[in-house]
Amino acid sequence: MIGLSSYLVLAALVFSIGLFGVLTRRNAVGILLGIELMLNAVNINLVAFARFHGDLTGLIFTLFTISITVAEVAVGLAIVIAIFRVRRTVEADRLDLLRG
Amino acid sequence: MTVETVGFWVVAAVLLASSLAVVLTPNLFHAVLYLAAALVATGVIFLLLDQPFLFAVQLLLYAGGVVTIVVFAIMLTERLVGERIRQTSRHLINGAIVAAAVFAGIAGFLLQAPLAVPRPEQAGDTTASIGRALAGPFAITFELLGVLLVTALIGALYFARGEE
Repeated sequence: MIGLSSYLVLAALVFSIGLFGVLTRRNAVGILLGIELMLNAVNINLVAFARFHGDLTGLIFTLFTISITVAEVAVGLAIVIAIFRVRRTVEADRLDLLRG
Repeated sequence: MTVETVGFWVVAAVLLASSLAVVLTPNLFHAVLYLAAALVATGVIFLLLDQPFLFAVQLLLYAGGVVTIVVFAIMLTERLVGERIRQTSRHLINGAIVAAAVFAGIAGFLLQAPLAVPRPEQAGDTTASIGRALAGPFAITFELLGVLLVTALIGALYFARGEE
């Protein structure tokens, strides 16, 4: 029987991998993919807790996270496209217009 | 070894492998395909946790919607074939150290927490309960979510529109 802690450790691993991607990727789209992995790990946690505690709220929250992530990705990629139009690059290191 | 145990370890291996591929592969388009695999594996984990409705939502919204949007964004910003799609990573060592430290912190919490709760029996169909909760106590949040989605849609259209 798979216990709650196995699911949580798996989610923690996926979260760390996503964080690694966010920290190391240069391309803005690549950074967004890392954020997707991190949010995905959070969803695993929510569903596992909801299942093992017999509480429906975690499932509702997972639904909300998924929907909000979709909205976030749509706006984030629209910003990436807008930046690419102006600067002709999506390399996060070269987008330093706001640096003082 | 029950079916659930074998399924969990197989899906966990697939999920971890595809997640690593997402952050390590040099080709951005391949990274998106590996992300789709990771999202489907997460959906199967939802299935193992007896949540078929969330599995369907995960497939439709994440694996279907998000991956399609990201592929379109890559097509609009980079050439789909050729050298420009290859992306390099930086600060690999530092990133690995920070990620490992975060994992160690979470694992420390998990070791201390009293997690040995038995898995309760599944009480009926959760899909119906989710529907009732969305129409009952979470109705206002649900409506706000609709407002957020419309706002995000208009905002994305505004940012990505062509020069007229």
